[in-house]
Amino acid sequence: MSGKKFDFKKLLKGDFSTYLMVIVFYIILQTMSVSGGLSSLFKGMLVPLCIYSIMALSLNLTVGIMGELSLGHAGFMCVGAFAGATFSQLTRDAISVDLLRFILAILVGAAAAALFGFIIGIPVLRLKGDYLAIVTLAFGEIIKNVINVIYLGVDDNGLHLSIKDEAALNLSENGRVIIKGAQGITGTPKNSTFTIGIVLLLITLVIVLNLVHSRSGRAIMAIRDNRIAAESIGINVTKYKMMAFVISASLAGVAGVLYSHNLSSLLAQPKNFGYNMSIMILVYVVLGGIGNMRGSIIAAMLLTALPELLRGFSDYRMLVYAIVLILMMLFNWAPACLEFRERYSLKRMFAGKKAKEAQ
Amino acid sequence: MMSFINYLISGISLGSIYAIIALGYTMVYGIAKMLNFAHGDVIMVGAFTVYTVSSTLGMNPVIGVILSVIVCTVLGMLIERVAYKPLRGATSPLAVLITAIGVSYLLQNLALLIFGANSKSFASVITWKGLSLADGRLKISGVTIVTIAACIVIMVALTTFINHSKAGQAMLAVSEDKGAAQLMGINVNGTIALTFAIGSGLAAIAGVLLCSAYPTLSPYTGAMPGIKAFVAAVFGGIGSIPGAMIGGILLGIIEILSKAYISQQLSDAIVFAVLIVVLLVKPTGILGRNIQEKV
Amino acid sequence: MALLEVKNLTISFGGLKAVDNFSVSIEKGQLYGLIGPNGAGKTTVFNLLTGVYKPDSGSVELDGHNITGKSTIEINHAGIARTFQNIRLFKELSVLDNVKAGLHNEFKYSTVAGVLRLPSYWKVEKQMDERAMELLKVFDLDQEAQTLAANLPYGKQRKLEIARALATDPKLLLLDEPAAGMNPNETAELMDTIRFVRDHFDMTILLIEHDMKLVSGICEKLTVLNFGAILACGDTSAVLNNPEVIKAYLGE
Repeated sequence: MSGKKFDFKKLLKGDFSTYLMVIVFYIILQTMSVSGGLSSLFKGMLVPLCIYSIMALSLNLTVGIMGELSLGHAGFMCVGAFAGATFSQLTRDAISVDLLRFILAILVGAAAAALFGFIIGIPVLRLKGDYLAIVTLAFGEIIKNVINVIYLGVDDNGLHLSIKDEAALNLSENGRVIIKGAQGITGTPKNSTFTIGIVLLLITLVIVLNLVHSRSGRAIMAIRDNRIAAESIGINVTKYKMMAFVISASLAGVAGVLYSHNLSSLLAQPKNFGYNMSIMILVYVVLGGIGNMRGSIIAAMLLTALPELLRGFSDYRMLVYAIVLILMMLFNWAPACLEFRERYSLKRMFAGKKAKEAQ
Repeated sequence: MMSFINYLISGISLGSIYAIIALGYTMVYGIAKMLNFAHGDVIMVGAFTVYTVSSTLGMNPVIGVILSVIVCTVLGMLIERVAYKPLRGATSPLAVLITAIGVSYLLQNLALLIFGANSKSFASVITWKGLSLADGRLKISGVTIVTIAACIVIMVALTTFINHSKAGQAMLAVSEDKGAAQLMGINVNGTIALTFAIGSGLAAIAGVLLCSAYPTLSPYTGAMPGIKAFVAAVFGGIGSIPGAMIGGILLGIIEILSKAYISQQLSDAIVFAVLIVVLLVKPTGILGRNIQEKV
Repeated sequence: MALLEVKNLTISFGGLKAVDNFSVSIEKGQLYGLIGPNGAGKTTVFNLLTGVYKPDSGSVELDGHNITGKSTIEINHAGIARTFQNIRLFKELSVLDNVKAGLHNEFKYSTVAGVLRLPSYWKVEKQMDERAMELLKVFDLDQEAQTLAANLPYGKQRKLEIARALATDPKLLLLDEPAAGMNPNETAELMDTIRFVRDHFDMTILLIEHDMKLVSGICEKLTVLNFGAILACGDTSAVLNNPEVIKAYLGE
């Protein structure tokens, strides 16, 4: 029994080191930021670093823990972004405390994304493998497209919605338009700060890691490893897959709220909410290690920062990025490469030497 | 009524292009069990080759088309050899998917460096004006006719090749069971390389046709048609060649008709929504085979 | 009354009757064997009993409750647990977590309690750990509790599958070729384990097996399947001496 207890501690230690990493990262950058040691370019990246780390954690829950490939994760981020920004705009006058309004906006964004996750999950989770992946991609694109034709306004009579144009909203004189179709939402309060971003990242981390080590997380991973066996021991497959998918979607919604409150104008474009972004997040997850939460954060931060840090190369930076990506994939996954690494790893050479000496 | 027929024909024409691209997706998927995300960008490379040969160098566009097919074929094989083959047998199928995404970025950014971000106007390779029927109320452009004809020719040729040639039979065998095919003395690596070669060659043709019909060209030209062709392949049942054809043409028709009658902006959303509905009714696509897990 | 009462179970796949009029009656505490040549439909019977397939006709009653056509999950709740011919463990989970997954419906706390680590989380997790370790000890797997299931040797993987099935606290345990791929020593040890499980957990066991030594050593009653239909059934020694059965096994 004592052996088991020790391992449990080690487990906590593993999670703890991840929290510690994030906190140390925050302290260093915040100190540098306050003391003026960061360029304005880098300062501008602090909130996005948190946003994409949360996105990577959230997607890793779907890909690594639930074991299904989702290519539409940016769609949930988009829902969260627009729901949160709309809420902030609507309550701009009613709630005067910025922080309170922002916290409520985050909850609204998370809830909206969770709702979409649930609705989309009903059909999606009936499918398997590549078919599931393509349908999530399709949903992501649909969300982005539909948001681009939505007009939403508010006046004394309440909310007005149209998919035609501004005039069709029929707003009274004192009404104002909140979502202007393809022009999106402008003038959202810029409430996102690095500190709030880090707090949200830590909360996401707590949710994901604690879930993984709980009864429900075990059920989700059991289904991932062997659906038929999981059913045979009475685990409700639909329920737990849906749970993972909805939690994952709502966390992406949180990232979306952070995103929309970091910009003065919010647009739903292919580059921020399209399948390209979903794929980008997937790249973080795979490079960081499928199912490895700490790796997700490190990969998301490095790869978000990398193109910015390579700005000196200007034209070549995305090219370098692409080549680095391909080489890292080959280095980490190619069987021949793994064998080579195994054969020539220092650890093994050392162990081999010892074994020889023992003989 | 005439306008409907006009829309229908342009839908079939666009669908034919999707079908040709989807063939590449579906063949590669059937054999290598991977989604080749870079396939759309091979289309772009094909179109840029023709652009360079005919607009920049001022040579005959026919030479451009031939060169473009050669360039893409070689490129497809090269990509397979360098980026995908080393990952065969990797523990996660995601590894090769991400690598394909890397290749896609690589091709886009190479094109960006060479040709710049501004879109180029692409001079149509097909100069024939086309047909004018029913007193000029029904006009079918030359590009449309050539596109549909090309699609039919490719379909027939590909089906004949697969069913009646040794290499084609080898492709079928490899897609059925790689291990067993190897034991039967089939050169699996060679067969996979051949599949990439054919798929990429077809992508070149699709690129030329696409840019002849919609004459702008940028490094990102291939991305969206690539995704839609992928949708078409899934739609028809991925791995199935007639499926890719049916899926592509249906997708083209749905896209053009929803643009014309429902909403310009929502046409992509409608295309994707139809895909979702099809997959819910038939989870492996229109012509896909349903394989049940054995307990 | 019998614990498991199966009457006239039939299923066809594309015109072929995979299981034809299968009936069996198993008393509580019995060790019952289902044998027959390859392809006779034994595993299909298991799949019918556990709801993987729905029967075309016939009925299954467990402890007086009709469970015909119920889902796998409902059937497990009703009290049937199984192992698989081709081992199906949760490979990326530890040995301990495999068993704890089996305890899923025995020990409960909410997802929120798990995420927030409320007191119920710590309390129930501790109970689960204790119960799981008890089960692992029975199968001599307690030393490997933290090992990944995929890294266990073959024989131990089979044992872990039985431990996981037992964790769901079933009334009836179905074992699909538990001795497959084991050497004679391991098989002998397994026979002891199965007997121990029956006595210690007061379990009723139905098993499919090809190893005649195991079958004749521990099974009290047998049913022989051939081409989906029952060829013989009764006490083990009588069935094994039945000329029809010998013919089916050895050929003409």
